[in-house]
Amino acid sequence: MRIRLLEFAVGAFMVMGIIALILMALRVSGISSTDVGDKYTITAYFENLGGLTERAKVSMSGVTIGRVTKVYLDTEDYVAVVEMEIDKNVSTLTTDTSAAILTAGLLGEKYIGLTVGADDDYLEEGGIIEDTQSALVLEELIGQFLFNKAEQ
Amino acid sequence: MAEWMTKVLAAIQQLGRFGLAKVQVLGRAGVFLLASIPWGGPGSAGMKDLIKQIYSIGVRSLSIIVVAGFFVGMVLGLQGYTILSDFGSEAALGTMVSLTLLRELGPVVTALLFAGRAGSALTAEIGLMKATEQISAMEMMGVDPLKRIITPRLWAGFIAMPILALLFSLVGIWGGAYVGINMLGVDEGAYWGNMQASVEFYDDVIKGLIKSLVFGLVVTWIAVYQGFDSMPTSEGISKATTQTVVVASLAVLGLDFVLTAIMLGSI
Repeated sequence: MRIRLLEFAVGAFMVMGIIALILMALRVSGISSTDVGDKYTITAYFENLGGLTERAKVSMSGVTIGRVTKVYLDTEDYVAVVEMEIDKNVSTLTTDTSAAILTAGLLGEKYIGLTVGADDDYLEEGGIIEDTQSALVLEELIGQFLFNKAEQ
Repeated sequence: MAEWMTKVLAAIQQLGRFGLAKVQVLGRAGVFLLASIPWGGPGSAGMKDLIKQIYSIGVRSLSIIVVAGFFVGMVLGLQGYTILSDFGSEAALGTMVSLTLLRELGPVVTALLFAGRAGSALTAEIGLMKATEQISAMEMMGVDPLKRIITPRLWAGFIAMPILALLFSLVGIWGGAYVGINMLGVDEGAYWGNMQASVEFYDDVIKGLIKSLVFGLVVTWIAVYQGFDSMPTSEGISKATTQTVVVASLAVLGLDFVLTAIMLGSI
């Protein structure tokens, strides 16, 4: 009986470990249905990313529908290339969908906001978003503001 | 001139002797580890022993880990709140607490507590076995003491440490939530929401687990080696126990830096 109790304690200990791992996955790191399942990749070119990084959210109307998977510089045209994975459930993004780099809150992280267009064709695997809007860079804004003031 | 020369030579010789002794210990410990690994899996050295060791190493460390985790989490919540509120970003409290615990404090503090709680006990136990000649008796009976005594303990440490570290982090995050949300008034949605937005399952949870796996192996290895290599006297056992805690703690902190550098640099 002694060894039974001991085995039970060890078994319970291991179950606790597994439950802790599941809790970490679901409650702490927030793995949700958007992270698993089928996805397709689309690409967008931006003049300035202003701090957008890989694994940033891609959202539409505030709902996360994908993640940025790759960020690199196109060395021919000197523009930033952003590859993102979009949930297969959201398969009806029109080809004239526009992408903008937005900021969550005043100092929050950068994310990509998509706004759907009016075309009849849909973006597919490897599709390219033509209409993009770069991140707002504070220094550039201040520079513009000062420049305008000086002109007046 | 000649006297000065012999002094320098003697100093260099002493350094060499010191270095050789250290390398020898490292080599012995390495051979010891290789000889103790059951290449057939954790059960091949006897399931009953393994369970008994997981019980005494893991389950009985549970109370200290859980209590320590809760208090560390609460302190993190309190300190983090005071710092973050200077920048008006209390909402990032959940992110700060969870990332600190998952990446660093969980694996490291668990390993330090583990070295003190379980490592020293292991060393003393094996040291006493050696002093009372139980190990020699085993050899006389044709039982391999490495397989019989060391292997299940190594495996038990390897299995128990990640579970303990996970529980430490988990309890700590809830401790931070308790202080932050209930006592300091951080928004509950912001605490959990920002945490979920910034904690990555692979990059934070799994990498923390890998750290604690390494620490589990290293701390147990040091503990059993110190016990096995101790002088079979009461003084030798006390020395070996002290050595275990000192060496294991330093090894954990040093390895932590190396592991963090590798993981952040994504080498």
